[in-house]
Amino acid sequence: MELLRFSTAGSVDDGKSTLIGRLLYDSKSIFEDQMDAIKSYSDKKGYEHVDLALLTDGLRAEREQGITIDVAYRYFATPKRKFIIADTPGHIQYTRNMVTGSSNSNLSIILIDARNGIIEQTNRHSFIASLLNIPHLVVCVNKMDLVDYSEARFNEIVEGYKILASKLDIKDVHFIPISALKGDNVVDRSETMKWYNGPTLMYLLENVHISSDLNHIDCRFPVQYVIRPQAQEYHDYRGFAGRVASGIYKPGDRVLCLPSGFTTSIKSIDTFEGPVEEGFAPMSCTITLADEIDISRGDMIVREGNVPNVGQDIEMMMCWLGDSPMQAGGKYTIRHTSREAKCLIKDIRYKVDVNTYHRNEEDKNIKMNDICRVNVRTTVPLFYDSYRKNRITGSVILIDEATNSTVGAGMII
Amino acid sequence: MINYNLNHLKELESETIYIIREAAAQFENPCLLFSGGKDSIVMSWMARKAFYPARIPFPLVHVDTGHNFPETIAYRDEYMKMIGANLIVGMVQDSIDSGRVKEEKGPNASRNGLQTVTLLDTLEKHKFDAAMGGARRDEEKARAKERMFSHRDEFGQWDPKNQRPELWLLLNGKKSVGEHFRVFPISNWTEMDVWMYIKSENIPIPSIYFSHQREVFERDGMILSTSDFIPLRDGEKPEMKTVRYRTVGDMTCTGAVYSDASDIDMIIDEVSVSRTTERGTRADDKRTEAAMEDRKKAGYF
Repeated sequence: MELLRFSTAGSVDDGKSTLIGRLLYDSKSIFEDQMDAIKSYSDKKGYEHVDLALLTDGLRAEREQGITIDVAYRYFATPKRKFIIADTPGHIQYTRNMVTGSSNSNLSIILIDARNGIIEQTNRHSFIASLLNIPHLVVCVNKMDLVDYSEARFNEIVEGYKILASKLDIKDVHFIPISALKGDNVVDRSETMKWYNGPTLMYLLENVHISSDLNHIDCRFPVQYVIRPQAQEYHDYRGFAGRVASGIYKPGDRVLCLPSGFTTSIKSIDTFEGPVEEGFAPMSCTITLADEIDISRGDMIVREGNVPNVGQDIEMMMCWLGDSPMQAGGKYTIRHTSREAKCLIKDIRYKVDVNTYHRNEEDKNIKMNDICRVNVRTTVPLFYDSYRKNRITGSVILIDEATNSTVGAGMII
Repeated sequence: MINYNLNHLKELESETIYIIREAAAQFENPCLLFSGGKDSIVMSWMARKAFYPARIPFPLVHVDTGHNFPETIAYRDEYMKMIGANLIVGMVQDSIDSGRVKEEKGPNASRNGLQTVTLLDTLEKHKFDAAMGGARRDEEKARAKERMFSHRDEFGQWDPKNQRPELWLLLNGKKSVGEHFRVFPISNWTEMDVWMYIKSENIPIPSIYFSHQREVFERDGMILSTSDFIPLRDGEKPEMKTVRYRTVGDMTCTGAVYSDASDIDMIIDEVSVSRTTERGTRADDKRTEAAMEDRKKAGYF
């Protein structure tokens, strides 16, 4: 069984909660006591129907205010795959939440109301999906029941979306006409839309090809922890523990250690079950080396002939998450793989309007939910790739030194 | 040709090991909360893997209400030997004796709520700055939004509106003096994942998870075990039944289910057709609509 992480995004009325409710319900992932709890709450509030949104609106604070505060994670499984849904709400802090929820996704579902077609929000969703480099997009044209299941209307929206997508970097996009309310093309094939011959949403979720989403070419191993057993039988053991970010490592491979630049070869790749022949993403393992080289947390073990960029002046797209605006010239803590440093915001190049994709070079006031292109200078070199090439070695977060909050999410260009 | 795909359990295991190593690296004095339940068992199982061949570089902490199932305590001591971990036990009885908490009175009296004080006291006594817990996001709706690194203020409290966004797996454990963190390495596991992992790794678990004969009675729709800690009310008639437990908590608030599942395969079958969540057998979650949220804010997990 494989694991697929996907995100959904949308506003209150586009049927997102109904769609998630439908996926959970039809895959038998809603339990009776959960159903009873939301039924009794719906009754108490005097609703006519059971509000499936209550399944994802978890906290009392939000139920009282009728809003969803943050990303909620939902789980369901079919015999083929286990799914993790990052469900992000669609209100004002929408950009911040969708960026957060999408950061680990293999796939994103973009909902379009068939009556309204492509709206500003569709532009925004698509921009963020492209920025976060989500490998697969599924555009669900929802509420087909309210446009008489019209093939012409569906085709019109698909054509419109293709024009939008051409302005963005989107790799793999699918279109499905659905009715989440009636269940058409969600889990079961639609009886009314015979003109549609493509897969249902569930079929796509179960079968979309995700094994190529991982980078098995560029070897990157950020060292998390140095293992030195204080025991007689492992007297000289020094293992470098971490999670393979990308690439495939084998015993005997020539490797280069950063930042020292020393080269050596891999002696063994250890796990609790014993040494393995190959270490590949996303395995957690422990590498031992043939020569004694001083390596600590934050260092990186790479292949001799394939090294990442090493530098202190780094250009990135940044989504601002903090309550207070980004300080041009301000200092922040930067976290990149297992490495931590300080950094300086040197230059804000432009701010992007996520609805129109317009680049604004005049307005450099970056507030929460804004996306901009910046240059930062770090106190020590980072070992990085472009985010397009590698989501792990291409991503950073910024931390405010006064509040310790995570205030920025950066994707290296 | 080698298949470069990890199955979902191996991928979840790898993520959990990563989180446990991050906690060990980012905090000065972390610990792992061990209840004797299946979730803390699989978590500590992976903690052993994370640092192998070295030993787990932090202690395990058990908050003992004094009302535990005897089977749990016997299991706990055996399991600690097996994985070679150091165990620290915080006794709720000590908190009662020192006057830090008052024992609940009445027929539904439980020491479950008192645990929070003992837990916070134990963390403070040993100056732990991070405590790993086996909570999962699929368990309960207040947990669906919990972070992997969950920030707590100097009173150990959780502010749901003031949690740090978590992107990719770049975990931010920065804090001011006196503050601490709860870390949830198995956030992304479901009940089914945990059982499948126990099976595939052949992990020993406490015997009360398997069906057995026990003297039980029903109260408010829950099947409770007779014990010295729960006074019977009028009309409650204990009977011998074949039951098992889906969660392992305090005897006073953990209900059994009628079940013949006597091995892991039968449990997996039972879980896969079950129509209620495992927390449905816990009285502590039923006290109010937002019971879990309130207890989390106070510092319970």
